[in-house]
Amino acid sequence: MVIAEELAKKQKAISIAEFFEKNRQILGFDSVPRSLLTSVKEAVDNSLDACEEAGILPDIFIKLENKSKSLVTLIVEDNGPGIVKEQIPRVFAKLLYGSRFHSMKQSRGQQGIGISAAVLYSQLTSGSPVKIVSKIDKDAPAHYFELLINTQTNEPEILKDKVIDWDRLRGTRIELEMEASYIKGRRQSVYEYLKDTAIVNPHARITLIEPDSNKIIFERATDKLPVQPKEILPHPHGIELGTLMKMLRYTESKNLEEFLCDSFSRIGAQTAKEICKKSGIEPERKPKKIALDEAKRLHEAFRTVKIQAPPTDCLSPITEELIRKGLEKEHTVDFIETTTRPAAVHNGHPFQVEAGIAYGGKLSKEDKVEILRFANRVPLLYQQGACAVTHAVESIKWKNYSLDQPGGGIPIGPAIILVHVASTHIPFTSESKEAIADVPEMIEEIELALKDVGRRLNLYLSRQEHLQRRREKEEIIQKILPRIAKKVGEILDKPTPDITPVVARIMGNVFIQRAVQKNGKGCDVEIKIKNHSDSVHRFSLHETMSYDISSPSPEPKKISLGKQSDYVWKISLKPGEQQAIVYKLDIKLEDASKLPQPVVEGIEEEHITGAKVVNV
Amino acid sequence: MTDKSNKEMRDSLSKTTLKKLIQDFYEQFESETIPHIMLPSRTKRNIELNEDSDVWVYGDSESMRSAKTVKGAKQLLKTSYVVELLIKGHLDQDKSSTLRELYYISENWDIAKFNEQSESDRLIEDLEIITGLQREDFHVRPEENGATMFGPIKIKEVTKRGERTMHCQEDVGEAGYQIPYNVETVQFLEHDAKFIIAVETGGMYDRLIENGFDENFNAILVHLKGQPARSTRRLIKRMNEELKIPVVVFTDGDPWSFRIFASVAYGAIKSAHLSEFMATPAAKFIGVQSTDIVEYELSTDKLNDQDIKALESELTDPRFDTEYWKDQINLMLKIGKKSEQQAFAGKGLDYVTDKYLPERLGEMGVG
Repeated sequence: MVIAEELAKKQKAISIAEFFEKNRQILGFDSVPRSLLTSVKEAVDNSLDACEEAGILPDIFIKLENKSKSLVTLIVEDNGPGIVKEQIPRVFAKLLYGSRFHSMKQSRGQQGIGISAAVLYSQLTSGSPVKIVSKIDKDAPAHYFELLINTQTNEPEILKDKVIDWDRLRGTRIELEMEASYIKGRRQSVYEYLKDTAIVNPHARITLIEPDSNKIIFERATDKLPVQPKEILPHPHGIELGTLMKMLRYTESKNLEEFLCDSFSRIGAQTAKEICKKSGIEPERKPKKIALDEAKRLHEAFRTVKIQAPPTDCLSPITEELIRKGLEKEHTVDFIETTTRPAAVHNGHPFQVEAGIAYGGKLSKEDKVEILRFANRVPLLYQQGACAVTHAVESIKWKNYSLDQPGGGIPIGPAIILVHVASTHIPFTSESKEAIADVPEMIEEIELALKDVGRRLNLYLSRQEHLQRRREKEEIIQKILPRIAKKVGEILDKPTPDITPVVARIMGNVFIQRAVQKNGKGCDVEIKIKNHSDSVHRFSLHETMSYDISSPSPEPKKISLGKQSDYVWKISLKPGEQQAIVYKLDIKLEDASKLPQPVVEGIEEEHITGAKVVNV
Repeated sequence: MTDKSNKEMRDSLSKTTLKKLIQDFYEQFESETIPHIMLPSRTKRNIELNEDSDVWVYGDSESMRSAKTVKGAKQLLKTSYVVELLIKGHLDQDKSSTLRELYYISENWDIAKFNEQSESDRLIEDLEIITGLQREDFHVRPEENGATMFGPIKIKEVTKRGERTMHCQEDVGEAGYQIPYNVETVQFLEHDAKFIIAVETGGMYDRLIENGFDENFNAILVHLKGQPARSTRRLIKRMNEELKIPVVVFTDGDPWSFRIFASVAYGAIKSAHLSEFMATPAAKFIGVQSTDIVEYELSTDKLNDQDIKALESELTDPRFDTEYWKDQINLMLKIGKKSEQQAFAGKGLDYVTDKYLPERLGEMGVG
């Protein structure tokens, strides 16, 4: 036998099982708790994607049973469109089989490796086949399959294939048995994953039955399905040389110009010609005949020729309103602010950042803020420290937004920070897709989104603080001070002292007090005005009466109102300043004491103590 | 002057002083000032050594309690209620209450009532500081009487039922003479004591009595019962000053016991306004020293986190700012161990009276 042929045989013998063993970690199956979480995640992601594509409000049911000490049975059932009979074996029992591998579209799963990896893990650890039920229509039969993956050939092996009775309208049910352990009470757990999923998928109802039969329902908060993201052609800036060559080889376009126009977004005839010219290749050339160095020049020309940024209407953000609803239903808090940034572009891929901040309620005041990270509506639970979202959070000076940040890093306080990144291509740091890479454009957008909600949090908190101070002051002046004054008078056997001047001081108001004293047959009147506030106050003071005043100081403006006269003084007082107005009245003291309160005009009522405010 | 008119004068002075405080509030209202009082800060950063009396008293740092805040305003309201009780309920009617009773009386005061007894206790201390008087002047008593003492001294106590004269070895039971809460009524008649030994724990106090330490060494034993009550500290000070008897303090060897010694000798941070009245600067620490733990190879316990924090805090406490104390504290931190005074029992029940205390007294030149 020829050596090469023997080698080829050996190469084939590197089985899919071996491939899995070597790549457990990057596929998310490196520990028993994580393996369960990854399997749940892959199944739930598939169900959500399928429901949304079919325009169905997702209703997903997850059940976990302890089969033995180390074996867990996982059942995930959805009300999605179902899978046609012929496809079922390959969808679940063939690795790298999927519809989304080549599409430029915002979706949860991307590589078609997910659910079949869970099936393989289950098969390797329990020896049991995966059990599938799927039904595509009310009147269609329900198909039941038991499948194994042939680890030599990566092809499905069908153990059972029959039609059964299934009392569902339609949907898919998968049952896996695997070495796993169900863990509660920490961030990286099935419960937390589903809770976070419920926040960013408020249109989904998710039911979880834990191994101890405890039932948890994450109820939906809206009946509105998210807008289906549109599929777009790749943008020239986001394409790698290898991909470009593959596309050139398999295209059905007749010439290069047509190829460029039909295969990429934002390339029209004009731009296509320009690219050809720049790379020195005839637009008429057959794409299949383009050589490597020519492809390199073409790739280079993508960078130098001016091309419009990719369209961004292909993204489907969660929206500000639904992030709010999602946070509201899973957390008890006092305040939520959310923001959806305009779409932006990184390396030729459109992306869009959304952020939310929830504050107060039952959240712990002493702990670090919880960061909820999402990529295309999928919660990211591992590798928080390596993620661009975390780096963006850490780079912000949270002191400016009323959160403590001792020694920098993640802030401390009763808050949850949520960041969702939607993109046709999320730049993950590794295959396990747990952390977003530090792409500068993305970090900048995340920072802008966080600062936006941060500013609104700050505004809310300072308003709360202001209200709190106001409430405190009211308590002092209405409840406490009057009692002190009364008690002090009682102890000394004296009349209760007048607390109004002190009230004006505490409230930081302008205080006005009129004092009348007998002087011969008439009276001396003195009006004291003092500004206890931190700002300048300008207003006019009116004394309206049917008497004539004499020797006033300063001189007022007199306006005749028929029988009565209105004496008007213009007052302007800086913080802490005071002024006195004096005049004489030719009337008895008891009449003078009956004068109504002075009237002021041009100042807010809450800034005055001791006078009536009239503002026209 | 008779005792009775003396008492009337003291009560009348107390009333005037308390009324003056309320008068201040009244005048503040009239002069359009937000009611407030000034108080010295009661922290270890604000205590300083008084050169004349050699005890630690409050420094100049003051804090203002004002009706500007809800907390301050409530404090002033509570102060008014308490002062009214002290004047009209106590002094005018010659009645008294315990600190605990005072706390319960406040239950009828609506928003002026105290949330816990420590709050009312503290307010009484505040009033002592502001007025320069003592709680006895307000007819406020502590819960318990002082501790006990045992030794070669004869005293006369004026009780509510007449004068009683007794010798604190011959006329008392096994537990000794009970120190009353107001020791100003005690007169010293005669004594045969070479020194006073103040003992932290009841176990050790009983051990010294059982071993006849008081007789063999002509010592007055005073039981401190943990952090000593005011009356205990005052009595030690009076015996030291009036009778010129030296004082040594015998406690456990741990950070908290160092503080017990400090409050006997230098004054407590919480009540530094009374230091000149109650602290005995001549008192000396006999043990258990950190060095004793090492030299006498005593049984030990490991220092816990709180112990270590307490020791570290003592390193910045001005009362412990001497070579001697820095060495003792640092050594304890270094060995990471503490010992109880009763650990001497591990070497035999007589060891402490036959060997340890005589050796230490010899080193210190006492007795």
